[in-house]
Amino acid sequence: MKKSNDVILRTVAKVASVIIFTFAINLFFSGHHNPGGGFIGGLAFAAGLTLLFLSYDIASVYNNSMLDFKVLGAVGVLIAVLTGVAAMVLGKSFLTHNVARINLPLFGATQLATSVIFDIGVALAVIGTAVTIIMSIGNDRQ
Amino acid sequence: MNNLVVLPIIIPLITGLVLAIFNRQIRLHRLLSLLATLSISVVAILLMNQVAIDGPQILQLGNWEAPFGISLVADMLSAILVLTTGIVVSCCLLYAFASIGRERELKYFYPLVLFLLTGVNGSFLTGDIFNLFVCFEVMLVASYVLISLGGTKLQLRESFKYILVNLISSFLFLVSIAYLYGMLGSLNMAHLSARVAEAGQVGLLIPVSILFLIVFSIKAGLLLFYWLPGSYSAPPAVIGAIFAALLTKVGAYAIIRIFSLIFYHDPQITHSLIGILAGISMLLGAIGAVAYWDIKRILTYNVIISIGLILAGFASFNQIGLTGSVYYIVHDMLVKALIFLAGGTVIYVTGTSKIREISGLIQLHPQLGWMFFIGTLSLAGIPPLSGFVGKVLITGGTFQADYFWLGGIGLLTSLMALYSLMKIFMNCFWGNTELTPEMEKGSTRGLLFPIGILAALTFLLGLGAEGIYQYVELAAKGLLDPGIYIGAVLGSNPIP
Amino acid sequence: METLMSILVGLLFAIGTYLILSKRILRIILGTSIIGYAVNLLILTMGGLKTGAPPILGQEALSFTDPLPQALLLTAIVINFATTALILVLSYRAYQELGTDDMEELRGKEDE
Repeated sequence: MKKSNDVILRTVAKVASVIIFTFAINLFFSGHHNPGGGFIGGLAFAAGLTLLFLSYDIASVYNNSMLDFKVLGAVGVLIAVLTGVAAMVLGKSFLTHNVARINLPLFGATQLATSVIFDIGVALAVIGTAVTIIMSIGNDRQ
Repeated sequence: MNNLVVLPIIIPLITGLVLAIFNRQIRLHRLLSLLATLSISVVAILLMNQVAIDGPQILQLGNWEAPFGISLVADMLSAILVLTTGIVVSCCLLYAFASIGRERELKYFYPLVLFLLTGVNGSFLTGDIFNLFVCFEVMLVASYVLISLGGTKLQLRESFKYILVNLISSFLFLVSIAYLYGMLGSLNMAHLSARVAEAGQVGLLIPVSILFLIVFSIKAGLLLFYWLPGSYSAPPAVIGAIFAALLTKVGAYAIIRIFSLIFYHDPQITHSLIGILAGISMLLGAIGAVAYWDIKRILTYNVIISIGLILAGFASFNQIGLTGSVYYIVHDMLVKALIFLAGGTVIYVTGTSKIREISGLIQLHPQLGWMFFIGTLSLAGIPPLSGFVGKVLITGGTFQADYFWLGGIGLLTSLMALYSLMKIFMNCFWGNTELTPEMEKGSTRGLLFPIGILAALTFLLGLGAEGIYQYVELAAKGLLDPGIYIGAVLGSNPIP
Repeated sequence: METLMSILVGLLFAIGTYLILSKRILRIILGTSIIGYAVNLLILTMGGLKTGAPPILGQEALSFTDPLPQALLLTAIVINFATTALILVLSYRAYQELGTDDMEELRGKEDE
């Protein structure tokens, strides 16, 4: 393969990907009461990863992340389903969720919802599938 | 609230995900997937008994009350179908252990079958029309991957057509859901039924119901089956068997559910149209089955005949016809799996699917031959096998509804189906034995056992028809009286 | 507004159908995704295009838009996204394996 000359892209990607990841996490946590949530957050995160894939090659990013994204997707869906099963174990209907208001030391009165765990599962599933799709199309440059 | 209802959906889902995470341990894959399908059967038996005693079992997901949340409903029809699905897939998995090959096993074969099962069970159990669409898609996406798994040239070509046809019909499904929502403002099937009953099935609702019929006809292979023979004969035998036993039946189930629960007010238009479609597809399927000299083609055209017969019973829309339809779906799921697996074994042993090139297999594989023969007789409806009861009831139902031509076509095509399968049997199993054991392409070790179970089950379903009849009759009663379903789902809630 | 949207949906359906009827696999895939957008717009239109606050819990706004079509849309988009991705991967594999993206040339003999 020809050595590529994309200094600008790589330099920008280094900074931009961190911003994108932060924004994705922000999107993720603003769900429930504001626009955002697991799906959008996960997609934004996957977009950041895609930027890294584009600017560096897939192999180096993949080796550094040390994650099998197919497994990540499966784990995500598993987490989401298991939150439903947890409600079943407690004798409620499948997928019943609960909300509690707790005073945390740093954040003050915070609303904690069990659906956040569900959303974490959704986010992981979206990241896993999106990245798997991109890699299976773009992975075979000979 | 009954959490048992969700188990047939989440057991295969969770197992499939766990298997996808541990994607290298093939032995674990085999063990867990078989365990999952068997436990689904057990859950389904429990559900059947509860439904027989207490009426339809309901689960409101996340405790959201009926018209607003998603309800899962297990009435008798759903419970019976889930049970049959569990048994059939267990047998197909046993067959797959010996035949599917390590390469496909490593490419997530077992998780995909389990995801397919998630979608199939979800479609049977859901009480929400949009959720029906989602479950259909889960099932279809898994089937897209299964049909192209392995990636031979033939498979790639056929799977592309298969995906395209199903994609378009899914879009049409969404369009009809959008129209329905725009008109009635609800997605819960029981609620929809109540609203249609209130407003009357008039005006634009009739075209919308026809649109639903078109969508499910494509999926079930009712008249619009042009995609079916090619795509069902492309993948390996066991995948073909799962598809033939389950996928088209899900489409047929959707037609039965929608047109017995929501659009049942105007049978002059909708149900006689279903009858006409069923008659034509039986005839065309029979012509196709008679014309071809290729095992896979003959078997796939037989799928179309039986879909026609099931919906002929439904079109008559009386107690006898519906009982026959439900009974015949159960019978057909078992027998289609049986003859697809047996036919697949013939192809596996001889390495060809052209019946003119095969002869005298009975010398080498007597058990296989006789089990194929049992499947043939059962499909044709010879007593005491299971096809007989279903066909008698369906024919009786169509006669009672004055659809004499439909019953006549049913009987005629049964004869043609018998001819087409006897053609396979006589050409492949009789005659001079040209094959020697050394020339065989594969061994039947481990393949005959699951086929034997299915053959025994079709005997049992025919001989023990008395015992099963009460459950099937209950399912047909539930279809004729949607009030039972609506009352169970909406409960004492006022209908907003 | 609804009339305008209906015309747009019809137009998108027409374009999608035209693309699906062409021979190149890539154009067919583009056609299916355009029909997918048409269907999404149709769902949105059938839910009623009202003005008001976004359907998020709050005490201030007096009227809300109907949240259900949006939930349906999100699901439909996700499924559409998955199937499109799958069919893209498959067509790419088919292109590698068969060396063509012309449906006409894909049509081989019955038995090969």
